[in-house]
Amino acid sequence: MTTNVLNRPIPAAISAVVPNIPLFSKQDNKTEIGAEKQNKLHASLEEAIRNSGLTDGMTISFHHAFRDGDKTVNMVLDKLAELGFKDLVLAASSLTNCHAPLQEHIRNGVVRKIYTSGLRGKLAEAISNGLMEEPVHIHSHGGRVHLIQSGELNIDVAFLGVPCSDEFGNANGFSGKSRCGSLGYARVDAEYARHVILLTEELVAYPNYPASIAQDCVDSIVQVEHVGDPAKIGGDATRMTSNPRELLIARQAADVIEHSGYFNDGFSLQTGTGGASLAVTRFMADKMVRNKIKARFGLGGITASMVALHERGLIQTLLDVQCFDSVAAESLGKNPNHQEISANQYANPSSKGACVEKLDVVILSALEIDTQFNVNVITGSDGVFRGASGGHCDTAAAANLTIVVAPLVRGRIPTVVNKVTTCITPGSSIDVLVTDHGIAVNPARPEVKERLLAAKLPIMSIEELSERAYSLTGTPAEIEYTDRIVGVIRYRDGSIIDVVKQVK
Amino acid sequence: MKIIQQSHAGTLESGDVLIRIQPIDSHQVEIELESVVEKQFGDAIRRLIHDTLHKLSIEGVRVIVEDKGALDCVIRARVQAALIRATGTQLLDLNWGAL
Amino acid sequence: MSKLRRSMLFVPGANAAMLSNSFIYSPDALMFDLEDSVAITEKDTARLLVFHALQMPLYKNVEKVVRVNPIDSPYGKLDVEAMVRAGVDVIRLPKTDSAEDILEMERHILQVERKCGRAEGSTRMMAAIESAQGVINAPEIAKSSRRLIGIALGAEDYVRDIRTERSPDGIELMFARCSILQAARAAGIAAFDTVYSNANNEEGFIHEAEHIKQLGFDGKSLINPRQIELLHNVFAPTRKEVGNARLIIEAAENASRQGLGVVSLNGKMIDAPIIERARWVLQRAEASGIRQ
Repeated sequence: MTTNVLNRPIPAAISAVVPNIPLFSKQDNKTEIGAEKQNKLHASLEEAIRNSGLTDGMTISFHHAFRDGDKTVNMVLDKLAELGFKDLVLAASSLTNCHAPLQEHIRNGVVRKIYTSGLRGKLAEAISNGLMEEPVHIHSHGGRVHLIQSGELNIDVAFLGVPCSDEFGNANGFSGKSRCGSLGYARVDAEYARHVILLTEELVAYPNYPASIAQDCVDSIVQVEHVGDPAKIGGDATRMTSNPRELLIARQAADVIEHSGYFNDGFSLQTGTGGASLAVTRFMADKMVRNKIKARFGLGGITASMVALHERGLIQTLLDVQCFDSVAAESLGKNPNHQEISANQYANPSSKGACVEKLDVVILSALEIDTQFNVNVITGSDGVFRGASGGHCDTAAAANLTIVVAPLVRGRIPTVVNKVTTCITPGSSIDVLVTDHGIAVNPARPEVKERLLAAKLPIMSIEELSERAYSLTGTPAEIEYTDRIVGVIRYRDGSIIDVVKQVK
Repeated sequence: MKIIQQSHAGTLESGDVLIRIQPIDSHQVEIELESVVEKQFGDAIRRLIHDTLHKLSIEGVRVIVEDKGALDCVIRARVQAALIRATGTQLLDLNWGAL
Repeated sequence: MSKLRRSMLFVPGANAAMLSNSFIYSPDALMFDLEDSVAITEKDTARLLVFHALQMPLYKNVEKVVRVNPIDSPYGKLDVEAMVRAGVDVIRLPKTDSAEDILEMERHILQVERKCGRAEGSTRMMAAIESAQGVINAPEIAKSSRRLIGIALGAEDYVRDIRTERSPDGIELMFARCSILQAARAAGIAAFDTVYSNANNEEGFIHEAEHIKQLGFDGKSLINPRQIELLHNVFAPTRKEVGNARLIIEAAENASRQGLGVVSLNGKMIDAPIIERARWVLQRAEASGIRQ
């Protein structure tokens, strides 16, 4: 017989019944002055980093709710460089023009490898020209979650910038000065990273609810001056267009939806970025009113136009993984049927339930689409990184009707080509292409083609469209590459769908 | 025909091209091209400009080109406009078929 | 039935990007401009841009109009020479004040047609009337040439000439519009209305389009592609009009099958002009659809 510290007799037989469990011994003095309750607040980023156990070669992660207004990645990487970290694996959910300073950190060996959905601007050009030893891994939004769950992307420390948090780590994106709206991408990192550091602009009183990132996922919190500029979330790609060509394409796309057979009461809709894609919502509104059709939900990528339809009662629920503008961010905070979803709930192919599986219609853009309907949204026709995989292959694969909208030519660059420079989404996922010169339907969807023909829409073969594009621009010269692989394109299930070589 | 003065035509707007023509001493045609689609169409653009000048029997010029993704017909029009500005409209009267 | 010319989209001739892609829009006619939308310093370059654009294969199947500079300007003669050679369908004269303006232009066009081997008379003309004098001379202008397919009102210069401004209801244009319409109909040619310059005001545009359609105009000049669909919808027959037209045609066909000399519908006699109009309505419906 033994006794524990409370003088409770514990018989020896206990070690046979519940082996390896220690006897109670904790005696806290609750009134001790200065007793440290669990304190996650750190005075500085440096302190938080030191506390995180981060060492060289580990994987760090960031989200991209602030898109081109992001300030977190640069700030943290600068500090990590200053502190002498090396060989880090950077898992930033997407990178944009503002992340050009990463070039320095790559050159100095702070960052060894990158997993991301998008690359743009000077950083993208540098990587295309061979800046990195190891190739970049480009994944989709859903695919990123799959990589994390499968263990390939093992996040050691997540640095998550939020507009507002309490001292325990309850944070959301729709309160505070720099509202970004949905923290859908950040939620996954918060759940899976070994150590989570929240960088917050505002500290508010505990408890801060509703919480997108909750206290039970967060290890430390640092208050910083800026995590992002919300004014830069919406850029060209998320603004409502007045360009007559884009409006023409958008109107055609709306006509396609109307006559596709998928325009029924209770249908669901997602529109991607890009002027024509976003403008489709506007034209759909008229059709929905005229035909007395309401949408059960809108998914995405939520913009002011989607919110407008929601507030008019034309879309019942908004499922939001990212807000593209301040109207959407506001709406998330105030409209009860505007719901935040995590990237896992949005598009992960191995999730127990991804919204894309319930999606009827998605409108996507494309840099290039070839005669097999394969789509490129990541490299230009000059072979240089300039876009993002994003939710493209996720939504395209799962939606009942996938529509790509694009101008036939952009300046002198043909959009409809014989072979895409890089394949992000396979042609089997794409059903209809809408251009300013005509509409092409994937031969695998003859019933859709028939319905559109019956509605007297201008249907052409995709080969015709491609010929027309080349007749305008001339046939481009083949881009010259070296043998070095600078990018690996991962399909949503983790498989390799294409590679990107270094441009000469 | 020999060019004796400088001229230019076009703009730097997207889809357009700015062409500058300068007379040079030799009988050659020199082309300096800066194009947003250099990799895809650089050679094709150079060939087109040579062809346009050749059809009008022009030599002894340097053509400085700043291209913002102009289609062939725009490039041709701009080159011809610059030539006419340098030589006068008699170029037109003699050469309608060669435009 | 004459060619539909409801919508004529203006494309500024100095804008390379627009010339390179305006074929994606489907107005009844495209109007490339060398006149007021082109700066003096760019008159020569715009001429060449449009000369080449007219020959682009993707513009082959749309009617191509070019508004040239006046013949008595430093640019007019070369404009006409270039455009006729390039295969323009219709030359639009600005600021037409008298029949003599038409005749002078016609002489010049003929000269070029002969020089370059183009079929004589193949280049049609359209005259824009933009002054009080032009309005007064409209009947003579309209009858002055077999090449003339129509006359149009150019309101901006006209209201300046009569010393007032444009207003939303257009009362200041009433006389000019009616005069031009009468002159056109008397000469058997088309009448076109002026541009509505506020591209963002859809309601205002539709209001003006309905007004001129009711007056009897055949079409209108447009400055923004968005206006094309709006205009075509205004010119589209209603479901009721189409229904009636079908009944009339059916009655006419029945009568013809039965060898009857007179066509009647619901006890009323239907004569040739009514049948003709019914056919025209169905043709419109074919082109524009049913009024939404």
